[in-house]
Amino acid sequence: MIPRSLLPDRFTLGSPLQLLLLACSFALAGYAGVRLLAGGDTWWQVVLWFVGVALLHDLVLLPLYSAADRALIGAAGRRRSYVMYVRVPAVLSGLLLLVWFPLISGRVAERYLLATGRSADGFLARWLLITAVLFAGSALLLVRRLRRATKQRPPVVH
Amino acid sequence: MPDQRLPSSPGFWRSPVRGPWFTSVLGVVLLGGITLMFVTGLVSYAAYNPDLSPVNDTTPDKGLLGFYLFSWPSGPVWLYRLTQGVHVTLGVTLVPVLLAKLWSVVPRLFALPPARSVAHALERVSLLLLVGGALFEFTTGVLNIQLDYIFPGSFYPLHFYGAWVFFAAFVAHAVLKTPAAVRNLRRMRAGEPEAAAEGGMGVEEGDELVSPDPAEPTVSRRGALGLVGGGSALLLVTTAGQSLDGPLRETALLAPHGGGEPGSGPGGFQVNKTAAYAGIDPRETGGEVWRLVLTGRTGQVRLSRADLLQLPLHSSALPIACVEGWSTSNQWWRGVRLRDLAALVGHDDPVDVLVESVQRHGAFRRAALRANQVGDPLSLLALFVNGEDLTPDHGYPARVIMPAAPGVLNTKWVGRMTFGDLR
Repeated sequence: MIPRSLLPDRFTLGSPLQLLLLACSFALAGYAGVRLLAGGDTWWQVVLWFVGVALLHDLVLLPLYSAADRALIGAAGRRRSYVMYVRVPAVLSGLLLLVWFPLISGRVAERYLLATGRSADGFLARWLLITAVLFAGSALLLVRRLRRATKQRPPVVH
Repeated sequence: MPDQRLPSSPGFWRSPVRGPWFTSVLGVVLLGGITLMFVTGLVSYAAYNPDLSPVNDTTPDKGLLGFYLFSWPSGPVWLYRLTQGVHVTLGVTLVPVLLAKLWSVVPRLFALPPARSVAHALERVSLLLLVGGALFEFTTGVLNIQLDYIFPGSFYPLHFYGAWVFFAAFVAHAVLKTPAAVRNLRRMRAGEPEAAAEGGMGVEEGDELVSPDPAEPTVSRRGALGLVGGGSALLLVTTAGQSLDGPLRETALLAPHGGGEPGSGPGGFQVNKTAAYAGIDPRETGGEVWRLVLTGRTGQVRLSRADLLQLPLHSSALPIACVEGWSTSNQWWRGVRLRDLAALVGHDDPVDVLVESVQRHGAFRRAALRANQVGDPLSLLALFVNGEDLTPDHGYPARVIMPAAPGVLNTKWVGRMTFGDLR
């Protein structure tokens, strides 16, 4: 028995133009796809990569950073307007780590040194320093805002 | 009432940022950006002159996918530096936009019913090619420029054929969605308040992305878009410098060829593969042993480096531009013109050449150059760079350097050149 929510009220063919377009798209993707699968070590590894990156993103990376963001909002409590002061440097630092992970983590350090003649030691240090600057800058902005808010607040009348 | 704890329920997704405006802006940015990346990617394949010789072709089974190939020009000298610099730098810059776009439409991944019609079912299958393809292309590209070869197979066929699979889905998606995205943006620009446009009728494309039960906002839509743009800007300024020199290269703090130079002095500029990495034995390139073997219409000529120095020497100011997206500004090379070498073995008119390195293993130790490249007065078999002998890492005793071409076709540690029609 299939749950009702999985079934549309009325299953139709849909737009014929859309069908033609998608058929054309699948044909081209198929033409390139057989070549893609013939090029790798083994075809199933390429399929695994193609589908795997999508699943890894949709079912691991996205839920993880969403959960981290919800935890941040929860921790902020009533001071929701402060969330961005943590979110912005965290997102920027995280993006740099995501893109340059092989260099920052040092996992390619040996090959990098041999190929380019330069040491990969600096990448981790530079990323940490950028991260420190981002959070410090954000903290300064928050302090400035808090000070301004304190000054503008009318004196308490007794 | 569907269970709000399940992602298939619209109420599960509570961010007030999601909606047609946010998705449409990101979509339009990606439409332009990815189109430019696809074109520069195809251009890069053409720059290898793959139809000239099998040694240049990493995807010989391409069939009709190479329909557009053309003879790569030998000028302007910065041509490949520009096209490939744009391809890689833009790719890195678009990472936050791609991630934000995927975030903005993720509720649709879980939407039920899985398909409303045959066309809708096929569209969702096509989205797997679109999302998987985009992430596959970005991931393989970002890994390759960092020399992290963990993908299954050679980078070139994976990235080239993967691009076509992705682009097939991308075109279909763009045709289906762009009109609605543009309508959404026009509607917003016309001053319709977002709330009315998004909360209202529910007939416009993307309206179902608006949360029916939005959480209290912590950032405006504009603010969220600003964060995405800020991420792109940060990646851009920490990457673009690897295509520039001097203090500007220092600004590329995390890019593989940013930061500093591998050394100082005349040979102190970026290296793709060092002599040690290529397995070059110094005993093979020493003055006593090394000979350049030229073969052509009139037979074979063997030249020592001392012999080469007796030939007319010319200078060229040319950059090194790598497929990995980094480049150097013009270096001052000095050596023998390729067309003069061709003439030594009986080819007075420019002709194709197969250049072979003394390097025994590894990709691109052989390269085929087309007649227009051989005939260009700037194309040299360089013996000196910036006024000194080539360093071992830059190809001592002799290397090819020619204008506008990908770095790997500028063969280092040249041992043999065979002139004549390669086809």
